[in-house]
Amino acid sequence: MRVLIPAPLRSYTADATSVSAEGRTLDELATDLDHRYPGLRFRIIDEQGQIRPHIRFFVNGAQKRDLAEPLAAADEVLIVCALSGG
Amino acid sequence: MAQTNSPRGRAATLLIATRKGLWQLQSDASRRRWRLVGPQFLGHIVHHAVADPRDRKTMLAAARTGHLGPTVFRSTDRGRTWHEAKQPPAFREGSGRVVDHTFWLTPGHAAMPGVWYAGTSPQGLFRSEDSGATWRGVDGFNDHARRKAWCGGDQDGTPDGAKLHSVLIDPRDPHHMYIGMSGGGVFESSDGGADWRPLNRGVRADFLPDPDPEYGHDPHCVRLHPALPDRLYQQNHCGIYRLDRPAERWQDIGATMPKSVGDIGFPMVLHPRDPETLWVFPMDGSKVWPRVSPGGKPAVYRSVNGGKTWQRHATGLPSTQAWLTVKRQAMTADSGEPVGVFFGTTSGEVWGSRDEGRTWKCLAAHLPHIYAVEAV
Repeated sequence: MRVLIPAPLRSYTADATSVSAEGRTLDELATDLDHRYPGLRFRIIDEQGQIRPHIRFFVNGAQKRDLAEPLAAADEVLIVCALSGG
Repeated sequence: MAQTNSPRGRAATLLIATRKGLWQLQSDASRRRWRLVGPQFLGHIVHHAVADPRDRKTMLAAARTGHLGPTVFRSTDRGRTWHEAKQPPAFREGSGRVVDHTFWLTPGHAAMPGVWYAGTSPQGLFRSEDSGATWRGVDGFNDHARRKAWCGGDQDGTPDGAKLHSVLIDPRDPHHMYIGMSGGGVFESSDGGADWRPLNRGVRADFLPDPDPEYGHDPHCVRLHPALPDRLYQQNHCGIYRLDRPAERWQDIGATMPKSVGDIGFPMVLHPRDPETLWVFPMDGSKVWPRVSPGGKPAVYRSVNGGKTWQRHATGLPSTQAWLTVKRQAMTADSGEPVGVFFGTTSGEVWGSRDEGRTWKCLAAHLPHIYAVEAV
């Protein structure tokens, strides 16, 4: 499936704004992304398996908060870096 | 503090870790002319950047961004290029704890090349054996049965999170080490981190019901002298102290600071060769704790007799309406002769002295909020 990558994570994807990855859930997808782009998962999901506070996932335009969210092969996933900083 | 090689006639380099990236300040041989190089990691929050004195080419930088989780970057060519750690510091899955950021980096013992230690926020201790590529928790501390009693929960501590800092390795014994915790105090291990005990007697904790408790203190910066490893100093939230092992009780050496200035501050720097000489940068810790130069008159205070007396040094520093804050990792010394002393402020200035703190010059300005300055 297609995964849209936010600017802060493109250092992992050689500046690619969208990539392909696989997974039956968001959790598996994040793991697959990490296999393809080492280090990426830990920047968006913490060591207890929780989505980090300023990260959001959207599946086909709908926000999903649970990494157990099931995915289909034709889904489009958007990773968003929510407002933070200063 | 990274020991440096900057004897008379050799250039000095400072690593400047800021809220928006990493810079280097590089001097000529006289340490009169400085060149600012950078930024690297523009936009990243860099808490600490340290060079490895053992191989003179490895550097580590603890970083995160506003959105992304924490990591450590490594360089093996003195900072020209960097690569991310494969396995940054992270608490054990199932522990319920999450590293917000790596706060402190310390190279390990000289006999253990490749070993590094990291202190995190929330308070955790981590060790690498491959020059920062992978990190594991020091279970003897992170899972210690008494850790919660010593430090409180992860929700306790200052608004930006309690920090484990001042990881000190005894140069005589790689298994003998100390740590400082902003929520907890100073702790000692004699077995490489497998077990720990508090070492805080004699240090005030005015904010606690018991003014002389066994733990719960707020050391800001703890230092061990490399030439006299039984000599420790600390700049604490409640004063300045010295400990001569095997004694177990810290001595109050801040009492001789001028009362109008007080003895509260963040950083402390030791002379690289003389265990009796040290520098502090006092801050206003009154009422709501402004944490700026008392009265708007910044000054460095130096002792040359182990804290018995202190001398004020402010020549070259602004004399009025200068409300400077220098964080605990943002003051350092090189190994030059005379010793160069340097500090960075939260307002983005780097100040340096070529004469052991007597006179000062602004070396760089308009940088972001500075978290750490380390001489290479």
